[in-house]
Amino acid sequence: MKIGVVTFPGTLDDRDAARAVRIAGATVVPLWHADENLHKVDAVVLPGGFSYGDYLRCGAIAAQAPVTQAIVKAANGGLPVLGICNGFQVLVESHLLPGGLIRNEAQHFICRDQKLRVENVDTAWTNAFELNQEITIPLKNGEGGYIADAETLRRLEGEGLVAFRYLDGNPNGSVNDIAGLRNERGNVVGLMPHPEHAVEAGFGPDTASAMRSGIDGLKFFESVLKAVVNA
Amino acid sequence: MPKIIVEVMPKADLLDPQGKAVANALHRQGHANILNVRIGKRIELHTEGVPTEAELAEAQKIADSFLSNGVIEDVVKIHVEN
Repeated sequence: MKIGVVTFPGTLDDRDAARAVRIAGATVVPLWHADENLHKVDAVVLPGGFSYGDYLRCGAIAAQAPVTQAIVKAANGGLPVLGICNGFQVLVESHLLPGGLIRNEAQHFICRDQKLRVENVDTAWTNAFELNQEITIPLKNGEGGYIADAETLRRLEGEGLVAFRYLDGNPNGSVNDIAGLRNERGNVVGLMPHPEHAVEAGFGPDTASAMRSGIDGLKFFESVLKAVVNA
Repeated sequence: MPKIIVEVMPKADLLDPQGKAVANALHRQGHANILNVRIGKRIELHTEGVPTEAELAEAQKIADSFLSNGVIEDVVKIHVEN
């Protein structure tokens, strides 16, 4: 099983994403922004960071990169793609997911452990969760406020395309507390919080049982392994 | 050198944190008559000669598809400066 992890100039969390892939038991294939082919990977992770310095708009220039063009084509053919934080912004800017992300309502960069509800488990990246499971993974963003027009929102809610919702307080003003989305097919998932930072006991969020023992993020990567094996 | 100027503004009903921060600073300076500030972008596309109709149409397309994101921004004006 080979999972591609993309690095754009300005990507920060590619190493943590690669570590998460390895801990889940898959092989990491580093993908560079100028790569025009995806080296036969079974899935792709677009990690967080500040690709191209957030110039123009977050994710806008990365959406035009050769590797992203290849990912868009492959995603339309069913390749599992997970966009985390800046990766979510790239998915939105490349129209794999609808809507947009704007500056946090409170105007501050927010970094904290965030509780979420898993609202959809019929995707390549969430099938190892239980429906409505509550999970905690780190959140760290300045431009994480999700918005979409009324018609798009109706469609997202009506068709069950909201994958994650913020619990215990909306950190960034996202409409309907939306933290993450899936596409119609369920192979593309994007979210602002960071599952790759909660995959190994000792380095994750605090839980009731022990400090830093939270590994809820690991299920994202275990999900895609299951999805690829069953595909 | 001729330029095609593309002006992009955040949508009117969206929070513009830059504008809000500048407005607050102006109020601290005593400019009470300034009610609100909004900050957008001016993007210059430099061209070899005076832009043709086709080039302007191309600029409009670039402005709508890449220089702005219709979910959060509006292209308010495209014009030529020589």
